[in-house]
Amino acid sequence: MLTILFDGIAYGMLLFVLACGLAVTLGLMNLVNLAHGAFAMAGGYVTVVLVNRLGVPFFAALPLAFVASAAIGLLFERTLYVHIYRKSHLDQVLFTIGLVFMSVAAVDYTMGSGQVFVQVPEALQGKFDIAGVGIGRYRLLIVVICGLLTIAIQAILTHTRFGSRLRAAVDDSRVARGLGINVNRIFALTFAFGSGLAGLGGALGAEILGLDPTFPLKFMIYFLIVVTVGGTSSITGPFFASLLLGISDVAGKYYVPTLGPFIIYTIMIVVLIWRPQGLFARATGR
Amino acid sequence: MVPPPHSAVRAATEWLSARARWHPLEILFWVGAFASIWLLPDKHLILTEIAWLALFALSLDLILGYAGIISLGHAAFFGVGSYVAALLAKHEIINEPVLAMLVAGGAAMALGFATSFLVLRGSDLTRLMVTLGIALLLRELANRYGWLTGGADGLQGVTMQPIFGMYRFDMFGHNGYVYSLVVLFILFLLARRLVNSPFGLSLMSVKGNPLRASAIGISVDARLVAIYSIAAFYAGVAGALLAQTTSFASLEVFSFDRSADLLLVLIIGGAGYLYGGLIGAIIFKVMQDYLSVLTPQYWPFWIGMVLMVIVLVGRDRITQWTTPIRKLAMRLDWRTPTAPGAAGEGR
Amino acid sequence: MPVVLETIGLTKRFTGLIATNDVSLRIEKGARHALIGPNGAGKTTLINLLTGVLRPSAGRILLDGEDIGDVPTHKRVGLGIVRTFQINQLFGDLTPLETIGLAVSERRGQGLDWWRIVGSRSDLVAESVEILERFRLTDVIAERTAVLPYGKQRLLEIAVAIACRPRVLLLDEPAAGVPEDERHEILAAVGDLPEDVTVLLIEHDMDIVFSFADRISVLVNGSLFVEGTPEDVARDPRVKAVYLGEEMVDA
Repeated sequence: MLTILFDGIAYGMLLFVLACGLAVTLGLMNLVNLAHGAFAMAGGYVTVVLVNRLGVPFFAALPLAFVASAAIGLLFERTLYVHIYRKSHLDQVLFTIGLVFMSVAAVDYTMGSGQVFVQVPEALQGKFDIAGVGIGRYRLLIVVICGLLTIAIQAILTHTRFGSRLRAAVDDSRVARGLGINVNRIFALTFAFGSGLAGLGGALGAEILGLDPTFPLKFMIYFLIVVTVGGTSSITGPFFASLLLGISDVAGKYYVPTLGPFIIYTIMIVVLIWRPQGLFARATGR
Repeated sequence: MVPPPHSAVRAATEWLSARARWHPLEILFWVGAFASIWLLPDKHLILTEIAWLALFALSLDLILGYAGIISLGHAAFFGVGSYVAALLAKHEIINEPVLAMLVAGGAAMALGFATSFLVLRGSDLTRLMVTLGIALLLRELANRYGWLTGGADGLQGVTMQPIFGMYRFDMFGHNGYVYSLVVLFILFLLARRLVNSPFGLSLMSVKGNPLRASAIGISVDARLVAIYSIAAFYAGVAGALLAQTTSFASLEVFSFDRSADLLLVLIIGGAGYLYGGLIGAIIFKVMQDYLSVLTPQYWPFWIGMVLMVIVLVGRDRITQWTTPIRKLAMRLDWRTPTAPGAAGEGR
Repeated sequence: MPVVLETIGLTKRFTGLIATNDVSLRIEKGARHALIGPNGAGKTTLINLLTGVLRPSAGRILLDGEDIGDVPTHKRVGLGIVRTFQINQLFGDLTPLETIGLAVSERRGQGLDWWRIVGSRSDLVAESVEILERFRLTDVIAERTAVLPYGKQRLLEIAVAIACRPRVLLLDEPAAGVPEDERHEILAAVGDLPEDVTVLLIEHDMDIVFSFADRISVLVNGSLFVEGTPEDVARDPRVKAVYLGEEMVDA
């Protein structure tokens, strides 16, 4: 059972790294970005190409996946997303759906429609046995990397000037602008960073979640659930929401296989009925 | 109180009721639609698709254009209607198609009613989430209960009995088309009536300013539940038409793609004046037909591009090409009512 | 005169702030009762409590002796409590005719009528036109509300409330934001309100208050500070102190 718990935690933390960028851009720019999964997919495919075809070591490929996705994110932000910040949510939904469709089709065309696998190094295959609990090595890596990332993100937010500017801009971007904070630059950097994180998550997750061109569509709902349940006013909300979802999904699929996938949807609906602003959001949040 | 002069009241009444009168262009549209039965005999299959797609888009217009609810999962009701109609036929529970269609619509309506309270509160994003989640949930359910729904392969072995015991669903889709078109027309008439009624006006007021609406005694929640359920019925009937004219139902009816395509259809035609869904359906299907000949596999790429371009250019500016048509059919477009005697329009 | 609207110990707390503090008001039928106080005193909060937009933390609201604390906002309208908003809340895309017509139709319980065409009931149209004439809005009867000048919109705001045939009318700063040359129309409309309608008026403009009200309550920091006739309130030194330099018109 502890193995299940551990797997759930790994899944949850992966989900957090994937969805964190979405939560921040939604909270920061009030931007509904349904194409967030496309950046994750980009990171995943970049890793596949680097590791499988170019022989780059796995651990070197991970940061490269981050950089590649961040670069794509920055490019799209400056050229495409900047035009829809002021538009209605419906417009943003339509636009990002269009972007998802295009990216799914583009990847399908260039990389084929089958599922792809990353050649994971030997050292990460198999599992440890610690006090009778099976700890998958790969999943342990995920927990470690994602855990470090989470700590790093929280540290950046609370202990750096960039972090405090970002938090100010999230709270009230008009006032932040008035205080001389370059909100546009923060938007761009944050979007890039969030996309990079998604890419890293995609790279790590290819092994566990399965990577194919329909990845952004399949996982869109999961990212949205994390953001809705966790709220957008902090990082800790989505973090705990991801853990909750990860553990429930894994445990649900194991213990009650016939109802497995429904658990996530049920949690989402229950949370939305009970607390529409999210389970962990500040009561006075937006 | 001094009663107002009879002429003033008469002018006001005339102005109000002029807006609900049928405009020549509307009549032309429907005459053309029915004429296509005889004028385009070899296109009946695609015309049937346009018919149920138009009905589906009309149902979305009712909630998006008139009540302001953004839904990413309208396919949920479409899918329920589809599967219910197919199952009723396959297991010979209700053999008469029209009755089965009504029951299927009713099932969708029940689902709409049950889920409407989820859509009442929360922001746009919450509504997106909830509607998307429900559609995906249903897709998962249909997948799981493959013994009932046929699972990923779809529901096979559906045989349709003749409509009213008289009109067989023939292989070329002739009767199927007439059937779909008549259903579309009747439901359109009902929707037109509803939109021009005090209830319809109250919906527009709720969409425009829910705070003010409740301040004049309108129960905002109750109205939204009502229109959401009605829209679900329409979507369910559209799904039933699909199932009945193709004798098939598959998981794909619940898919996100279907909900997304539907948004595109309505956006192309323009929301809020009832004909947008119909016009959008025609354009969409023609476009799809044309593009899938060019690039059969990658048509989502072009659709995605169309969506992005529409948003970038601006939805209002895109639908401006339909403005001449809309100005003349303007009485249904509640956003731009014409003043009596203003430049000779609207009479 | 009988008391038509009464609050008993009405209180509203937000985190860290008591917006309404143990307010007990008694308003008689047909009264012209003004509620004044410095900015942030909680006047609009009180209206929101009376109309059900906010739920009280404590206290009761009685209409004709009946506790209406649990009645939802839209139902209170049916009971006769109607308000106007300090900032116009209108239906931008509807015309005044449709707006008033809608209010009348809802009042008559015909709001769920989905079969009849709008405008097919001539008595309803007649009543709507009559109300619009009373508020001098007939020249803009068929224009989009959003394009009307602010003064006309303000008149419409009051007209909509009257269309609901209120027993108690809560006017939240009816003259707020109205340009000088259009104010007299607002004042005339307020002055012409039917005598059987009880009016609770929130205002900053002391001209309006003293020419209109027969009773004044002063709200400061959420509490009822002073209450009495206009003469009493005008002479009260505490009131002058609270307003600190704001001009007060001598009654």
